[in-house]
Amino acid sequence: MDGVAIATALRAVLPEDCVLTREEERRPYECDGLTAFRRLPQLVALPRTEEQVRQVLLTCNRLGVPLVARGSGTGLSGGATPHEQGVLLSCARMNRILDIDPLARVARVEPGVANLRISDAAAAYGLYYAPDPSSQVACSIGGNVAENSGGVHCLKYGLTVHNVLAVRGYTIAGERLELGSRAGDAPGLDLLALTIGSEGLLMIVTEVTVKLIPRPPCARLVMASFADVHSAGDAVAAVIGAGIIPAALEMMDRKATAAVEPFVHAGYDLSAAAILLVESDGTPEEVVEQVAEIECVLKACGAMSLRVSGSEAERLRFWSGRKNAFPAAGRISPDYYCMDGTLPRRHVGRVLEAIGEMETRYALGCMNVFHAGDGNLHPVILFDANEPGSWERADRFGAEILELCVELGGTITGEHGVGVEKLNSMCVQFSPAERAAFAAVKEAFDPAGLLNPGKLIPTLARCAEYGRMRVHHGQLAHPELPRF
Amino acid sequence: MAASADDAILAELCERVRAAAQLRSPLRLRGSGSKDFYGEALAGAVLELAAWRGIVDYEPSELVVTARSGTPLAELEGALAERDQFLAFEPPAFGPATTLGGVIAAGLSGPRRMYAGAARDFVLGTRLLTGSGERLRFGGQVMKNVAGFDLSRLLCGSLGILGIITEVSLKVLPRPRAEATLRLELSAPAAVAAFNQWAAQPLPLSAAAWWQAQAWVRLSGAEPAVRTAREQLGGELVEASCAHEWWEALRHCRHRLFSQPDIWRLSVPATAPPLALPGEPLIDWGGAVRWYAASLDATAVRASAAAAGGTALCWRGSAPQGRFHPLAPSVAELHRRLKVRFDPAGIFNPGRLLPGV
Repeated sequence: MDGVAIATALRAVLPEDCVLTREEERRPYECDGLTAFRRLPQLVALPRTEEQVRQVLLTCNRLGVPLVARGSGTGLSGGATPHEQGVLLSCARMNRILDIDPLARVARVEPGVANLRISDAAAAYGLYYAPDPSSQVACSIGGNVAENSGGVHCLKYGLTVHNVLAVRGYTIAGERLELGSRAGDAPGLDLLALTIGSEGLLMIVTEVTVKLIPRPPCARLVMASFADVHSAGDAVAAVIGAGIIPAALEMMDRKATAAVEPFVHAGYDLSAAAILLVESDGTPEEVVEQVAEIECVLKACGAMSLRVSGSEAERLRFWSGRKNAFPAAGRISPDYYCMDGTLPRRHVGRVLEAIGEMETRYALGCMNVFHAGDGNLHPVILFDANEPGSWERADRFGAEILELCVELGGTITGEHGVGVEKLNSMCVQFSPAERAAFAAVKEAFDPAGLLNPGKLIPTLARCAEYGRMRVHHGQLAHPELPRF
Repeated sequence: MAASADDAILAELCERVRAAAQLRSPLRLRGSGSKDFYGEALAGAVLELAAWRGIVDYEPSELVVTARSGTPLAELEGALAERDQFLAFEPPAFGPATTLGGVIAAGLSGPRRMYAGAARDFVLGTRLLTGSGERLRFGGQVMKNVAGFDLSRLLCGSLGILGIITEVSLKVLPRPRAEATLRLELSAPAAVAAFNQWAAQPLPLSAAAWWQAQAWVRLSGAEPAVRTAREQLGGELVEASCAHEWWEALRHCRHRLFSQPDIWRLSVPATAPPLALPGEPLIDWGGAVRWYAASLDATAVRASAAAAGGTALCWRGSAPQGRFHPLAPSVAELHRRLKVRFDPAGIFNPGRLLPGV
C-alpha cells in the first residue's frame, strides 16, 4: 500500500499535525540509537491521546500495514528501526505524568515520559524510580518497558520488569489490555512480565504504572585499581561472596579509563589494568559499615589503590567517567559499536582476554565497560564506517563476543534488546523449537504480524543462512571477506 | 544419581507426554501434591514429577541456583542456608515435600513479597517440556537477559497449563545480617497507614502484618540500619523464636485463621482502606493482602476487592463460579491463544488456572 493511501486513512482519524508525510519530516525517524541501520518509514504518526493510538492501530490492522512504535529513539539494538512499508508511531507527545501517589509509592505516566522526569517529579516526596539506563535523561518509559531496560543499579534494585506494576495498552486489533496491578499480584498468566521486554511486538503501551522507592539518604563510592583484569574479576566475586549486595558494582578496563579521563577528569588511575567502582547506599551508619567491609574485601583481592568518595560532588565525579564512556568512545573513534552480552561473573577475566585476542584478529580496538555485579558486559568496538570493510569487521567482532557469552552460559543481550541488531545471534542462543515458541507468542497477540515485524525473532531462512556462514567458535573460514 | 538413570526419568516423562498428546488424554502434573487444594478443580491422570530432582548448579558468588523441578523446597533452602543465602520471596510450603516446580508453577510468595519481590522477580531461567514433547530452555543463569520474550516469568504462576517446568534458575540473596520484629498496638486502619508511611522511608522493612489489634513489623538488613529503625518505629521487640514462628506461620498459611474451612484472599493496593466485609481480616504484605476466614458471597467479595482496585481469590471452600478472580475477556482470550499454541492437545492441567483452558 502506498504512503498516500495510508496517510489519507490516518488523516481521517487523526488531526492534521499528527501525521508526517514529507521526506524531511520523516528523515529524523530513520534510525534509533543504532545508527548503522537506517530506513525511512512511509509515514510517521504522532498521536497525543490513547484513543488516537487506538485509531492508528485499527487503521494499520485494517490496511495490513506494519507498525513500529518508538519512544525517544535512544535504543541501541534497532528496536525502533522503521519499516519501509510501514507507519512509525512516535509516543513523544504522550509525555504527561498522570499522577503520583506518594503514600502508595506509585506513579502513573504516559509512555513518552523520559525516565529521569519520573524521579525528578517524585523527588519532592523523597522517592524515585530506580532503573537508570545511561540515557535516562532522554529515554522514555515506554521504550524502557519495550526493552526491559536496566542501568547501573540493577543488582540491588532490579530491572524495568521489577519496577513496573502495571501497563495499559492496545493490541493491533485495537483491543484494550490492562496487565498487572497496583496490588501485589493479579490473577491469570503473568502477561505483564511477558510484555516487558517484548520490543513492541505484542502490543502498544499507552500508560505505565511504576513503583517508586525511597531515596537512600546516603551513598558513597569506592574506587579500586587492579593490576590485571583477572584480579578485578575475582574481586567482584569476592564482594558478592562476602554477602554484600552493593548498590552498583562496575568495572572499566584501561582502554575505557584512558578514553574518558582526558575529557571528564574523573580521577581514574590510568596505571591500572582495570578499575572497579563499588557503590554503597543506605542510612549513614549502614554505609560506613558496608564501605569498610568493601574496602577490606578489595584489599584482600589485591587492589593496588583504593579511594572512597568523601563528598557527593566527588561521588558524582567518580561516576562521571563511567557515565560518559560511550561519548568518550565517540571522541577517540569516528564510530563505535556497543555490545551487551551477559555471562556468569566467574568468566569475566576469560572473556576480556578473548576480546583482547579478537582485537588483533579483527584489527579493531575495543574498550570494555562492564556492569560487573550483573555480569553484563558492554564492549565498545571502535571502527571507522568510512573505511571499507570496517563496519563488517566490527559487526562480526561483536557477534563473536556474544557467541562466546552464550557458550559460557550467558546471553546475547542483557539490557539493550535484540531488535534488528542481534537477529543472527538469536539463531545461536535458541533452538528452532525455542524460536518457534517465540513466534507462537507473537502470533497469539498479533496474528497478522504487523507490530514491529522483522525484529526479535529471526526467520528460519535467516538462521539457516547464518549457520552456513559461521563455523565452530564463530571463526569464519575467510574472515577477510566481506559477507554482506 | 547416574546420568543414565536421569536420562531415563526425563525420557519417560517425554514419552508420557507424547502418548497423552496423541490420545488427547489430560495429565495432572504433580510435584508433592501439597497444592492440590489451590486453584480450580484437578483433572486428568496424575503425572508424578518428584523423581526429576536435584540441584544442578549452585555457585554462591553468582547468586544463582539451578535445580530440577522435583527438588524438594526444603532441600534447596537447606543448601542455600549452608552458604548463608536464601530465597528472598519466601515461598510458602503447604507440606514437607513441597517441590520447587510447584513453588514456581503456583508463583506464590511469602511475607517479604512487597519488600524483596515476588517469585517471578527471582526467576532467571526455566526449562520446559511442551505438549509436543519438545524440551525448551528460556532465560538462563544470569541476572540480566532480554534475549527473546520472557517466557520464564510467564511460566511462573502458570499452574502448569503451558507445559511441564523441568528446571528453574533462581536469583538468591545473602541472608540479612540482622533481623528484628516489633509488635505495636494499632487498629487495622492505623496499621495500614503506618505500613505505607514507613515503606516510603528508607527503612529496612522486610514484612508488615496485622492481626487482632496488633501490628507486626520485621526489619532485616545491616545491623546499624536495623538498630536505627527499631528506635524510630518503637513498639515492643518480639523475642526471636516467637517472631520466627509468627512469620513462618504467616508464610506457610499455618496461622490459626487458616484452620477455618472457608478462606478468601484479597489482593489489593497496600493503601486500600478497610473493606466492607464481615469479620476482621488477617493483613499481610504491608496491607496488600487481606485474608478473610468466612463463607462469603463470591459476588460481593469480588465486587469489594474490585472497588478497592484488587482481586479476590477463593483460597479454600466452595466457589461455584471458580476460585480465581475472573479475567477481562480480552485477557482470557490471550490465555486461550497461548494455551493452544503451547499445548495443542490440551493435555496439561486443563482448567486448573482458567476454566476451559
